[in-house]
Amino acid sequence: MAPTRVVIAKPGLDGHDRGAKIIARVLRDSGFEVIYTGLHQTPEQIVTTAIQEDAQAIGLSILSGAHMSLFTRVLELLREQGSHNVLVFGGGIIPEEDKAQLLKLGVGQIFTPGSPTQEIVDWLQGALKVNI
Amino acid sequence: MTTEKPGEYPYTRGINPDAGVWTMGQYGGFGTPAETNERFKMLLEQGLTGFSVALDLPTQLGLDSDDPLSLGEVGRVGVAIDSLEDIEILMDGIPLEKITQVRTTANSIGYIWAAMFVALAEQRDMDPNKFGMFIQNDVLKEYIARGTQIFPAEAGLKLSTDVIEYIATKVPRWVSLAMSGYHIRESGSDAIQEVAFTFANAREYLDAAIARGVTVDQIATTLFTFLSSNIEFLPEVAKFRAARRTWARLIREKYDPKEANSEKLRIFAFTAGSSLTAQQSMNNVVRTSIEMLAAALGGIQTMHVSAFDEALGVPTEEAAMLALRTQQVVAFESGVLKSVDPLAGSYEIERLTDELAEKMWEMLEEIEKRGGALACINDGWFSAELSEKAYEFAMSIESGERKQVGVNIFKADTPPYKPFEINPESEKGQVKALQALRAKRDNAKVDVTLAELHRVAVSGENIMDACIEAVKAYATVGEIVNELRKVYGKWKPTRTF
Repeated sequence: MAPTRVVIAKPGLDGHDRGAKIIARVLRDSGFEVIYTGLHQTPEQIVTTAIQEDAQAIGLSILSGAHMSLFTRVLELLREQGSHNVLVFGGGIIPEEDKAQLLKLGVGQIFTPGSPTQEIVDWLQGALKVNI
Repeated sequence: MTTEKPGEYPYTRGINPDAGVWTMGQYGGFGTPAETNERFKMLLEQGLTGFSVALDLPTQLGLDSDDPLSLGEVGRVGVAIDSLEDIEILMDGIPLEKITQVRTTANSIGYIWAAMFVALAEQRDMDPNKFGMFIQNDVLKEYIARGTQIFPAEAGLKLSTDVIEYIATKVPRWVSLAMSGYHIRESGSDAIQEVAFTFANAREYLDAAIARGVTVDQIATTLFTFLSSNIEFLPEVAKFRAARRTWARLIREKYDPKEANSEKLRIFAFTAGSSLTAQQSMNNVVRTSIEMLAAALGGIQTMHVSAFDEALGVPTEEAAMLALRTQQVVAFESGVLKSVDPLAGSYEIERLTDELAEKMWEMLEEIEKRGGALACINDGWFSAELSEKAYEFAMSIESGERKQVGVNIFKADTPPYKPFEINPESEKGQVKALQALRAKRDNAKVDVTLAELHRVAVSGENIMDACIEAVKAYATVGEIVNELRKVYGKWKPTRTF
């Protein structure tokens, strides 16, 4: 069976990548094939990477407060590219109200500080229906 | 019992013989310069003696507010500064001479920040040495930990050194560099790496400036270090003591200074943002109280206490005020300032101090063997070390080996918290003001000053004077950085994790 590919991305200008790197590593250790984009990626670059790599999910890490515009843009671009089956999830300093709005817009799940990594792994496996 | 006295080499017990109150500088800024100006005036009325200007990410990365990459980030994590006009608004009605310290997170754009305040002082017909400007300017740690780098590391180092040279020779009252371990610690390092990586970076700046003919004494006396104050109380007290001892030894053994002041490490401590939790966020007040007490007992010169709601968003006015009050209670009620280094002689404190200082020195030697900090940045060694430690830390919380109240023990539902909301109109307002500026300034003059900046950058000379001229012509942060990008090229992100 082909491995399940996930892109972990740092959109926008935020340089805090401690969490993104930990999640990338945990997902890799759980059997996913992980592509980490590195810092300062535009939504366009992230979506292009996901399509080129044939990824099934994109995880966005944002701690700068720019999550509303960045998540929305990534979802829009995926739709434009006909790739709405790519699952988008994310984490960071994201207030409850914004989280609810993002879930409504089509984001699969938002994990805020303190979320156990196993919870993220379990959720992603469930959402992608993969049993690794 | 230790025989070393406070105020004596190697300054383990403090750089001064007597105790004194530290500078209480809280970190803040959001939205437009006018909004931040209002918050600063409020805090100054409440007893703040210095403050720190948090810059938004576009500004820190040298992007104008109307750059497509800035969309949604303008005024978010700090205030947006596009040109000298914004600094005029930011500092409007604030008497610079009454403030002991204005700090800033300008690193990759440290030279623009310095230029703007030189220009502002000139407007006010004031000697810039009459106020305390504290420029972070530590670009090397951006490549390791904080992520606002713009140019390749060699160019970043060159520009930071330009600022250091300028300040050391022309505005010695200012702090030219805050050697920053805080962000390295926040990225996952332990206390030894925090100090050793930071001092290794400092050696790159020192060596580069000395190679230009500036003396170690001219430079070292304009330096501060910026360290984390974390939750493990005794090791943190010991860390501040060990850092002073290590710095004094480093300067004495490697640089042969003439002045004793060059060996004295001035410390700015900031309570650890990463120790704060989103869960049961009021518990963070207790955490920061412990952390700041460690810094106070560790003998620091300047302090910031984090607001309890930092893991949830930009601090509210109430949270920012409570953080300042926390400092005031510890400083003025607890009696902690009655003596210097009161924990000296404690078996555990002395043991930890010796152990940490020894290991910091060993790690500095290892970095030297690896070719120095710049080599360790470019070959990814620093980043790999930090990722490893960050992963270990995360796993120790998940396994329950390391305990965090509200996170992995004593969990409870807490009512939802409403963090500070950034005015969504701020971004539009800032973009409009920038566009109005471009329409009203003398654009021919802007072009001439930018061309001169380009010429100086190509020549390899210090760009500070040319940058000051560009700033005075109201060239924007983005325009200045774009001009330099033509000369230095771009930093390329790495995909390793």
